[in-house]
This record gives sequence, structure tokens and C-alpha cells, in this order.
Amino acid sequence: MTTDRMTTVIGRDTDVAAPTQPRSRIPRPRFRPVYLLIAAWIVGVIGPYTWMGLTSITPTSELNVNSTTIFPENPSFQAYGRLLTETGFLRYMANSAIVAAGVVVVTVLAALLAGTALSRYHFRGRRVVLYGILLVTLFPTILLIVPLYIQLKSLGLLDNKLGLILVYSAFAMSFSTWLMKGFVDQIPVEIEEASLIDGCSKFGSFRYVILPLSWPGIAAAGTYAFIYSWNEFLFALTFTSSDAAKTIPVGLSQFIGENIIRWDFLTAGGVLAAIPILIGFMYAQRGLISGLASGAVKG
Amino acid sequence: MLAPALLLVGGFILYPAVNAFYLSFTSTNLLNVDAQQFVGFDNFTEMFAQPEFYQSLRNSLVWTVGNVAFQLILGMLGALVLNAKFKGRGFIRGLVLLPWATPSVLVALMWLWILDPNLGILNDILLAVGLLNEPMAWLANEETALATLMAIDIWQGIPFFAVMILAALQGVPADLLEAAKIDGAGPWQNYWQVVLPLIMPTVLITVMLRLIWTANYFDLILVLTNGGPANSTLTLPLNAYHTAYKGSDLGGAAALGVVQALLLVVLVVIYMRQVRKSEIA
Repeated sequence: MTTDRMTTVIGRDTDVAAPTQPRSRIPRPRFRPVYLLIAAWIVGVIGPYTWMGLTSITPTSELNVNSTTIFPENPSFQAYGRLLTETGFLRYMANSAIVAAGVVVVTVLAALLAGTALSRYHFRGRRVVLYGILLVTLFPTILLIVPLYIQLKSLGLLDNKLGLILVYSAFAMSFSTWLMKGFVDQIPVEIEEASLIDGCSKFGSFRYVILPLSWPGIAAAGTYAFIYSWNEFLFALTFTSSDAAKTIPVGLSQFIGENIIRWDFLTAGGVLAAIPILIGFMYAQRGLISGLASGAVKG
Repeated sequence: MLAPALLLVGGFILYPAVNAFYLSFTSTNLLNVDAQQFVGFDNFTEMFAQPEFYQSLRNSLVWTVGNVAFQLILGMLGALVLNAKFKGRGFIRGLVLLPWATPSVLVALMWLWILDPNLGILNDILLAVGLLNEPMAWLANEETALATLMAIDIWQGIPFFAVMILAALQGVPADLLEAAKIDGAGPWQNYWQVVLPLIMPTVLITVMLRLIWTANYFDLILVLTNGGPANSTLTLPLNAYHTAYKGSDLGGAAALGVVQALLLVVLVVIYMRQVRKSEIA
């Protein structure tokens, strides 16, 4: 799958092309209490995930006993089996994957083109586009959700995966465009000029110079778009109503019922939802972080 | 080359935003969207007459300012910790960012499970240590619900601050710190006099971005308490969401959305002014 490829690429190449600040660190040797703080922080971060993971392999019979045990006596994966066979979760996972793949493709293509244009050509209104595209991400979701709902309804895109793909791509666009622009900025114009002198067409130099050299940026933007659409909840909740379009977050929120909360389903589903994010994030975090940071510093 | 990006952003963000202003002056019902009527300022006068509006405004203020303040302080501490030298630093820097990349619904359900009054681990720990005498329903209690939600959002938001500030810290030239040290500055003085002024621009931008996001963010509240108990966790955007999808009043919801947007513009303008003033002084 495309996303997998992208995430692996970033793991290798970010160091080379990621925009970084001059590397100088504050020397702070032999500061031992730091280890205590780090340990506390790690426990605070990992604790909730671990607790969820342990619960997901605890059989229901042990779960409902009114005393909390941390480690299950008879660990089992029956919650996962039942989740996938008895509920629509498998369907939601497929929907999430399709939507995320669509968003990654649309976002990366559009952001690569826009980022290259904004980095290389100094046309009129360039700054307006550059900052305008950043500004719109600050619009409150709540302001947009009602008119978007009406708009999707009249386009026949309500309760539809394509509708979600278009909305998510629009919202992932500004960060991705800025990210791509940052990466293209790093590519020396001289290489492009050399390729033009060597007889490349404009498109050829884009295809053979910009495209391969901005792979780390493409991977970072793709991962960002993937994580964003995989995680998004509010639009998905509001714009989908049937199993044909519901994504994982919507499916999970359904298990938080009014009266009974299905902890076995919730924790197992939570683990399944977290796995792709964990993998994608661990591979891409360097590129994302440096993109994030450089955007803010330049910003 | 710009066309695809601009078309998407224009069609699915800019156009709906403009549309929202128009909607706020109409009566539009969720169940019959086409029967739309222009009603002038009716939605706004109606909104200002409702006590929920003021309650949600107050909750929004506490939610936004409280969350960002704690995230800033703890994120700053976190950035300083991550900037120190220790083994496995690269790995741990990635690890602590994890909550930030976790879906809001997943964060919600993890904490719902931890906070569960009967089966949750938090009450067990607190009872065992003796801090509690009986199990506590953190999210069902009017006194504790908002604070509990805020604690969860702070947990998720710290990494973002830590990473942004860390990036700025790494841009502080080492020779500057050396020079200050030679001039007799201790670590504390070094931080306040040398480091802080240098990382200030990043801190200010991060705070502003975070204020806007936090003010607009209500996924967590929607999933965990849905505004209850007794509206004690109802924020402005959640109020608007209820107006639209519980009350079927799309016009009224748009009016609340417009007020939210205008309040944020005012907030940003005041913030920028303060920043500029303090820079001149």
C-alpha cells in the first residue's frame, strides 16, 4: 500500500532533507533528577495505553468482577474475535482505510503541486495564498460543520466516503502545503537549472528533480494526512449514518452506550485503532516534528 | 498548479465559512433544509436571551485558558527535560509525543475506563493510598466533571508544547550560554535572562495556535459528558452542536458558530496587541 511505502521512506531519509535549525544543545551534564522526571513522564504516557491493552485481553468473566485486577488471570483474545465477527468493526476499519488512502493521495498530489508553485514561482498574490491557506485552518469547526452538512447533502455526498475524503483533504491541505513548500525550498534551484540546460522540459525537471528529492516531504505530508483522517471524529460522526461510511472513531463511540459500556469491545477496538497510528507515527515522527517546528519558526 | 489545493480549500472551507454567516440570519431546520427563511437578527437575540449561552461562554473561557496555561507550564518543563542529555533520548522524544497523535475518541475511552467509578484503576489507586474514602464518579459529578475533562486535554496537549519549545531550545546558540556562564550566571539566571527571551517568539505563536484550537475543540467533551451533568461541561461549540443536531435549528447553530468565530478574532487581536506592547516595552 502507498502509505506503508511512504512511512518507511521517511524513516531513512529525514535526516538528510528535513529542515532543521543549527544544531547546538545546552550543555547540561550530570543532572540526575532528570531521570526521575523522565520516568514519571513515561509512566504517565504509557500507563493508559498499557491499561487498555491489558483490559482487552481480559476475559469478560474476570472483567465484571467488582475488584480491579491489573493482570488478567486467563488472558484471551476472545474480545477481538467477537469484536470482528459480532459488530460492524471490520467494516469500519475498511472504511477508515479507504478514506485515509484517498485523503493521502489527494492531499499529497495537491500539496506537492501547490508547495512547488509557492516555493519556485513568485507570482502576484503569492503571499495572500500562502497566509490565506494557513488562516483558514483556524476557522472554528463548529462554524463550518453546519454549512458543510447542507453542502454535502445537496451534492449527494452525505453518508459517503468520497464526501469525507474531500472534506478531510481540504482540512489537511494547509499544513501539507506548508510542509511541502519547506521541503522544496531546500532543493537548490541550481539542480533544476542544470536539468533545464541539459534539455529537460519544465515538466521533466519537476518529474526528475523535484519529485525524487522531495520524497521525505511527501512521506511526511502523507503520514500527516493519514493520521489526521484516521483520527478525525466530529465530521465523521456528523456526516455519516450507515455502516457504508462510518469510520473507526464513530464505531468506537457507539460502544459507549447509554446504559451498558462494552469495555471488552472498546478496549479491543481501541488497540486495533491505535496500531496503524503507532506504526506510522514512530516511522514519521522526525519528519513531522521538524516540519511542525520549522513551520512555526518561519511562520 | 495551485488549482487543486485552492479548489479544495475554497470549496470545503472558505465557501462554507461565508455560507455560515448567511445561515445565521435565516431560520433553517435540519429536517427540511430547503424551507429557508430570512429572519434578520432573530437568531442572535434569541441566543442572547438563553442562560445556556452565558453558561457555555463561561465554561469555554475556563476550558480554554486553563488548558493552555497548564499545557504551557508542563510543556515548558517537558521541553527542558527533553533537552537534557540522557540515554535513548531520540526514542523517548518520539514516545512522549504519542498522546498527541492518538485519536480523540481513543483518548476519551482510555480515560473513561481509567476513571470508571466501579472498575476503573484511578479510584482503586486513590482508595488504596487513602486519598479517597469512597469511589468517585469523576465525570458524573458537577463539581469535578469540567476539571477532569481539562486534565485529560492537558495530558494530550503537553507533547505539542514540549516539541515546539524543544525545537526553539535547540536554536539557542551554545556559545551564548557559555558566555553567560563565564560572566557568572547560574542555571536559573541563564534560563530567565538568556534562554527565555530567545525562545519567546515560538512560545507566543504556540500559545496563540493552542488557544484557538482548544477553544474550538469539543470532541472529548462530546464523547465523555456531552455537556452534562447539568450543563457543567457545556462549552460554546458544543452548545452550537446541540442546537444543530439535537434542536434541529441550523440557523441558531450558525449564529453560535459566528459568535464563536468573532470571539476568537477578538481574542487574537487582543493577544497580538499585548504581545506587541510587551515587545516595545
